Amino acid sequence: MAEYVGQPVLRYDGIGHVTARTRYVDDIQLPGMLYIKVLTSPVHKGIIRHLDTSAAERMPGVAGVITAKDVPGKNAYGLIPDQPVFTPEHIRYKGERIAAVAAVDEDTAMEALEKIKLDIEEQEPVFDPFKAMEPGAPLVRPEGNVWEFNSGKTRKIRFGDVEKGFAEADVIVEGTYTTATNDHAPMEPQVSVAYIDETDRLAIYTVSQDLYFHLGMLTAIFNLPMNKIRYIGGTVGGGFGSKNDIHCDHVAGLMALKIRKPVKYRLTRREETAYTTKRGPWTFYFKDGVKKDGRIIARYVKTVHDTGGYAGMGPYVVDKNSILVAGPYAIPNVWVDGICVFTNKPPASSMRGFGIINGTAADQLQTARVAEAIGKDPWEVHFINAWREGDLGATQFKVEAAGLIEAMKRAAELAGIELPAHLKAMSSRGR
Amino acid sequence: MKYVLSFNLNGLPVDTLVKATDTLLDVLREKLNVVSPKRGCDNGDCGACTVLVNGEPVRACLTIGLTVAGKNVQTVEGLQQDGKLHPLQRAFHEHYAAQCGFCTPGMLIAAKALLDKNPKPTREQIVEGISGNLCRCGTYVEVVEAIQAVAAGKYKE
Amino acid sequence: MKKRGIGIAVGTHPAGLKGGGDPSQAQIRLKPDGTFDLLNGAVDIGQGCKTILRQLAADELDVPLENITHQNIDTDTGPMCTGTFASRVTFMDGNAVLAAAADLKKKIREWAAEYFECSPADVEVANNKVFVKGVPEKSLSMAEVGAMVNWGGKFLVGTGAYTPGPGQQFDPDTGKMTAIASLAFGCCVAEVEVDTETGVVDVLKLVQVFEVGKAMNRLLCKGQNNGGAMMGIGFGLTENVCPYYPTMDFAVQDLTDYVITTAADMPPVMVEDIVEVPHPNGPRGAKGYSEMTASLAGPAILNAIHNAIGVWVTDYPATPERILKALEAAHA
Ligand code: FES
Ligand code: FES
Repeated sequence: MAEYVGQPVLRYDGIGHVTARTRYVDDIQLPGMLYIKVLTSPVHKGIIRHLDTSAAERMPGVAGVITAKDVPGKNAYGLIPDQPVFTPEHIRYKGERIAAVAAVDEDTAMEALEKIKLDIEEQEPVFDPFKAMEPGAPLVRPEGNVWEFNSGKTRKIRFGDVEKGFAEADVIVEGTYTTATNDHAPMEPQVSVAYIDETDRLAIYTVSQDLYFHLGMLTAIFNLPMNKIRYIGGTVGGGFGSKNDIHCDHVAGLMALKIRKPVKYRLTRREETAYTTKRGPWTFYFKDGVKKDGRIIARYVKTVHDTGGYAGMGPYVVDKNSILVAGPYAIPNVWVDGICVFTNKPPASSMRGFGIINGTAADQLQTARVAEAIGKDPWEVHFINAWREGDLGATQFKVEAAGLIEAMKRAAELAGIELPAHLKAMSSRGR
Repeated sequence: MKYVLSFNLNGLPVDTLVKATDTLLDVLREKLNVVSPKRGCDNGDCGACTVLVNGEPVRACLTIGLTVAGKNVQTVEGLQQDGKLHPLQRAFHEHYAAQCGFCTPGMLIAAKALLDKNPKPTREQIVEGISGNLCRCGTYVEVVEAIQAVAAGKYKE
Repeated sequence: MKKRGIGIAVGTHPAGLKGGGDPSQAQIRLKPDGTFDLLNGAVDIGQGCKTILRQLAADELDVPLENITHQNIDTDTGPMCTGTFASRVTFMDGNAVLAAAADLKKKIREWAAEYFECSPADVEVANNKVFVKGVPEKSLSMAEVGAMVNWGGKFLVGTGAYTPGPGQQFDPDTGKMTAIASLAFGCCVAEVEVDTETGVVDVLKLVQVFEVGKAMNRLLCKGQNNGGAMMGIGFGLTENVCPYYPTMDFAVQDLTDYVITTAADMPPVMVEDIVEVPHPNGPRGAKGYSEMTASLAGPAILNAIHNAIGVWVTDYPATPERILKALEAAHA
């Protein structure tokens, strides 16, 4: 019987990596390839009143200029497809794409960008999600600044009866926690190479983490069936969620379709840091009802997620956060209100941990404070409350193959911490 | 205005036409198609573009191309000898010191520069030697282990 | 003054899209010399799916690993994969690969049943051979099968797909949402030293243990564990795009001011391990977990800071400025 699973088989692509034979997208150079630079919004919020690209088009060395008018299909993409490839009118964050130039080299393309006449009526932006929720706040979006879930303006999780839990609790512990905006910062920046191949199809070398997910979005933008796009990828220099969103393929693809020549569009590290999707910031308010023995019997959580100018994966991240923000604990009464707010910032999206890393960050400080409040060792609180096999989570899923207690026991052992006998005797298989 | 730049690349002479503003990274990647040095930041922050110039590790993105005229430039393309992997390449592979592999060429060059000068570095010296090379996959632990293994002679021919 | 403290954090992480509905497919074909090509559409962003999917295919087909190539090069050839995100590829694509291998074995058995004139149920595909159970003389090497199948005008391709179930919506009133492909678990213990004069935190030691169902490849797990810690330390101590949030003032510009963890910032002592509670639906029991490796170091470090200096820093990242302010507030 072959038994490779579990064995330390060496990386299939490892030799490629150590010899630098692995090909990343920026390593691709095609004959006659042109370079793209993109004009982005210099203001956080505004309306484009006038856009004139004719001087840029006439510049020597320029092969083509594209704007919102050159999108043959839907000028919108994203998991919730609300973000334009090029904004036709409304600017919702600084760095939003307005036009793209392809030229013989990046310097020429940048010079051409300066020749584009852009007249923007600047508007007052809103950055603070709490201000954005107030009545009368500047509207990031015409429909309002708070995302509408199927449950209304909050994602509602209602499990048990928190009020009853608070009434029965010995101690109430409250806390507010925030997490920051994070950048994925993969070592390989965003880049795309697009060309028309020998079968007259659009071919794109991509850094996408999700070939089919993005192919679906691209077909809508280009108005092409899936088999008219050859999407080439599979090897990526680090993603961490940054390449879970399209940053270059739509622009490069549209340009190649228009000028029928190979193009490369790559972001500088500065462009990537300033304009691409981020792990959005959060605020968490927790209120726990706790018994003196360490049992958390009620947990109320209110979260506010700042998703920036477009929905993208923001509401999804709030959903995912809401499912698990109460932590890996059997808490009989849970109430979660998850709110997703638009502000005039680059759109927040997925990043390693997908909302759960933020929830864990908050819930683990809160749980440590619960232990402090009742004068117990934090291990005791984690062990007592940890999910056992068959326990229900806050959204009523059943916990299968529970293993937190086993992980904690091993971690304590490796950390040289002697756990009390009654904790060591515990197991995820029963309470 | 373009200038002829002549230098030695991995043991072979090369001539190429460059602008005064072209960095060594531009020269290697865009003109000569030597793509092991990666453009991670173009700003001196990440170390993915590290190459050896006359044996010294430099950031190709911060080095004006014309300054390497007449010098020896070494990249990962030149690490293999007689078709055999360099001990550091073998050690990196066997220690899983490359995940996505994007920082790996820079790391290998930084490690080679370190061991060329100091074949028996302490752990602290190894950490210092690679501390200018960012790896967002976080392979630092494995990279240090790989370099330690080479320093301990585990990858002698 | 330098003060030391210990903190812990625990967590859980699901595999796949919230609510399910994120399928993956795989295809394996038999070549004329009895070797195999495995095709799928998952992207390797460094996590190692190119490596572990071959391991699964080789085990299921019971053939040497070297006999299987893997390709995920484009959407012309690669079957569908929803994507490399949400710690889903090991679980979803792993199951798809197992299904494709099982399908190919079934097709090989059916072909061999005709050749050996027996029932497919009597044919065994094992040890890189195809043979009739209990009849030693009725046996072919996989190389012979590959040649006879392909030159004989047949093409055997195993296909497999896996979905954790159709996408599920939240109940609007209760938030009921029962679809979760698998839950992995983890625990992190951090030891820090806080300089109360400068607010600078040194992480001295990090112990991380993850419960992964079944490790496909222990050393790839090690890479995830240590690599995630690198990101978790940054989450806890340094990484902030908007230092004056909610404003955009002084937002970072590049890797000069967006401070990610370097080799020199890593704790000198890094300890990691896994434990395994196999998941009934996971490929060979595996769960998806690797995103979680970045989730625990941050809160463990902030808890350790509290343990060291007695005050809570409740905003991530715990920069020296925030630590000094918290100390000041506590002493005021
Ligand atoms: S590309 Fe030269 S240091 Fe980053
Ligand atoms: S291996 Fe991916 S950045 Fe280092």
